[in-house]
Amino acid sequence: MRERPLRLPASWLPSVKVTMASMVLALLVGALLILVSDRQVIESFRYFFSYPWDAFRHSGEAIGESYKALVSGSVGSWSAITATLERAAPLICAGLAVTLAFRAGLFNIGAQGQLIVGAVCAGYVGFHYELPPVVHVLAALLAALVGGALWGGIIGVLKARTGAHEVITTIMLNYVAAALLTYLLTKESFQQPGSNNPRSEKVDAAATFPSILGVHSGIVLAVLAAVGVWWLLERSTVGFELRAVGANADASRTAGMSVANVYTLAMVVAGLLAGLAGAQQVLGHQDSLTASFGGSIGFDAITVALLGRATPLGTVLAGLLFGALSTGGLAMQAGAASTPLALTQVLQALIVLFVAAPALVKAVFRFRESDGGGAVMAKGWNS
Amino acid sequence: MQLEIRGLTKRFGTFTANDHIDLTIEPGEIHCLLGENGAGKSTLMNMLYGLLEPDEGEVLLDGKPATFATPGDAIEAGIGMVHQHFMLVPVFTVAENIMLGREQTRGLGVLNRASAATLVRDLSDTYKLAVDPDALVQDLPVGVQQRVEILKALANNAEVLILDEPTAVLTPQEIDELMSIMDSLRKDGTSIVFITHKLREVKAIGDKITVIRRGKVVGTTEPTASESELAEMMVGRGVKLVVDKDDADVGEVALDVKNLTVIGARGTTVVRDVSFDVRAGEILGIAGVQGNGQTELVKALLGLVRPASGRIQLEGRNISRHSPRQSLEEGIGYIPEDRSHDGNVGSFSVRENLVLDLYKHDEYSRGLALNLRAMSANAEQRIDEFDIRTQSMNSSVSALSGGNQQKVVVARELSRSLKVLIASQPTRGVDVGSIEFIHKRIVAERDKGTAVIIVSTELDEIFALSDRIAVMYDGRIVDIVSPNILRDEIGLLMAGGGGTAKKNA
Repeated sequence: MRERPLRLPASWLPSVKVTMASMVLALLVGALLILVSDRQVIESFRYFFSYPWDAFRHSGEAIGESYKALVSGSVGSWSAITATLERAAPLICAGLAVTLAFRAGLFNIGAQGQLIVGAVCAGYVGFHYELPPVVHVLAALLAALVGGALWGGIIGVLKARTGAHEVITTIMLNYVAAALLTYLLTKESFQQPGSNNPRSEKVDAAATFPSILGVHSGIVLAVLAAVGVWWLLERSTVGFELRAVGANADASRTAGMSVANVYTLAMVVAGLLAGLAGAQQVLGHQDSLTASFGGSIGFDAITVALLGRATPLGTVLAGLLFGALSTGGLAMQAGAASTPLALTQVLQALIVLFVAAPALVKAVFRFRESDGGGAVMAKGWNS
Repeated sequence: MQLEIRGLTKRFGTFTANDHIDLTIEPGEIHCLLGENGAGKSTLMNMLYGLLEPDEGEVLLDGKPATFATPGDAIEAGIGMVHQHFMLVPVFTVAENIMLGREQTRGLGVLNRASAATLVRDLSDTYKLAVDPDALVQDLPVGVQQRVEILKALANNAEVLILDEPTAVLTPQEIDELMSIMDSLRKDGTSIVFITHKLREVKAIGDKITVIRRGKVVGTTEPTASESELAEMMVGRGVKLVVDKDDADVGEVALDVKNLTVIGARGTTVVRDVSFDVRAGEILGIAGVQGNGQTELVKALLGLVRPASGRIQLEGRNISRHSPRQSLEEGIGYIPEDRSHDGNVGSFSVRENLVLDLYKHDEYSRGLALNLRAMSANAEQRIDEFDIRTQSMNSSVSALSGGNQQKVVVARELSRSLKVLIASQPTRGVDVGSIEFIHKRIVAERDKGTAVIIVSTELDEIFALSDRIAVMYDGRIVDIVSPNILRDEIGLLMAGGGGTAKKNA
């Protein structure tokens, strides 16, 4: 038997149509959840048969207000837009880390770990050294890129040299990175002077991203990174190899490519991109490192990349959508309907769920068979 | 049992794989289904066997309409199928495989192996299919495994037996045995649908021949039709079945292989102490039944597999530890045996596949940047020169027919100057028209002074192209002979008999 490297089928990626339809479906299901979680709506359904109109009116109001708050809270004002962009920027960068690896046939679950290591490096340079303004932010940024690239590179080397499956190794290194962060936050060199809290010093003002019209420049870096990834994938010899190996490693090997080198390189660049996301988390504002500063960006990034069909443009759009959902979610909670923040997470999850079940979406919208998407995630890694 | 197919139609999206197929198979008839790859033979049989649901048309058994939702229904109705890839459990015995799915028990769920073995013995006596019921399937040669498959169908009381490309995996001797088995089944009243694209076999055994082209029945004819008539029906135009070539103008030794030994993935020795050379301007054919070390030999020549010992020299320089890229750069052209697995990246465009091992050359890239314009110019030229039928150079290769996919590989490998061309199964699964074209190009490459190695399990191809023939059996080159040798003698060598080479295990 020939050895069969575990590879991701391209059919995991949804078609544009399925993606759009999934969002619509998610919003519909979300609307139902809004109703169920709204006290007034439930009350009015109690006396549905006496005053049915009440129930409909309250329902309409609850859904309308919630979704209105979601939209206005995410893109309704300049401050909302800046908040959305700042949320989106690290999601896009980490999403690109997943996208790039995916195109090389690797499932990078480790964006979270790479992001943490990148942020630790950026943070350390940011608060430990005193450097002139422009130099300082560049040095901190570089540190993040190198840190992330090294962390990703470990995965690449393990895969290339020993064939260790990247899903396993990235998950494990996520734990290691999280533990490393927790450990470092107990060290004197990281902690704020005179404090025992697991919280680092704040990074220097000189090491923070300059802001443009009230948005820190992270989003610019994210867009630049997306353009760079696009160029690398579509226009360079490196991308040619990367895509070839991702689509058919055997044919690539036969054509003289070194599959091991491609895996290593892909993970180094992926780590670098995740490191960039980490830098944005600490350097965006004058922040300090805490055990939870990364949130779940590295994991949301997987969703962003899959939703973005593993293309740079798609990743940017999906990142913006998720950024908007998370800022809009806060507004929704604060709004008149006070819809729980968790709803936006449910929305995100539902979109992905529907994307993963294209047959369902197609049945609902009566798409024809040829509309693509294919039977997706149910397939094993081996297929 | 008479099997009649009326107006059977199957569409996949806008593509019509089977277009109103009519076919009648009489009891005790061997009905050959002839067609190129992708003509729709398999689709038709999968509908008959309950694996696909027809969009239109009906199937009649002895005049009564029948529908098969699952293979189980088809088996119930008396239809048996032997797939190209056997559906046997290797670690089970013959008897166990045959009773699989309809196990008989002796109370408390204890399997009645004895009755299964008796059944196998009865069946093999009745049909003169010699098989040991207690042998493990994994220990049996391919030809005998096929017999087990046939027995399995017969044990299910199959009255119509579908054989899907049954000869592809057999030695010439095994093919003869299969033919005589088919003959005795025919005498017994079993109808056989024999799917193949080998004209010789069709003429040898068929009672009736139906030719399918692009999903339609082109015609039904008698085995008295000549091979070129059949080929013309298959392809839709006149085809030359013989390759025009002059005698080889042989030069210096280009590739010299000495005592090459390769250990396979499972730790067994798959290539044993092989020595041969190929000279510039000649074609060396390597004949042999699939799985006798040819695959690994060729991989070792390119550097995809490290030889355990021995030496490979290209024009006097040792290349036995080269990486594939170094070998390619040194002037070895390589057409792998499995084009979709190793030859092309299916999701890549024709344009990209045409430079799959050339993209780093100065013509196609500067530094890191690909030169898309040069890639397009190259694609335009190759598509034209090799008559690659594609919608555009940007279509993905997987959308092309097998023959055109293979032309992409051939066009790429012949687009740079070569010292040695290694072509493994260069025309497997390729339509007759493309075979003609690919053979012509290979001979032309020889005439340019390139040393050519052709590995093929098709004796016709070996005879058509080779200036010398090396026969491989069990990892060894048993003999190197002239192409004037008789077919039977080669057959004997392929089965491990005869030969002048030393055999020490």
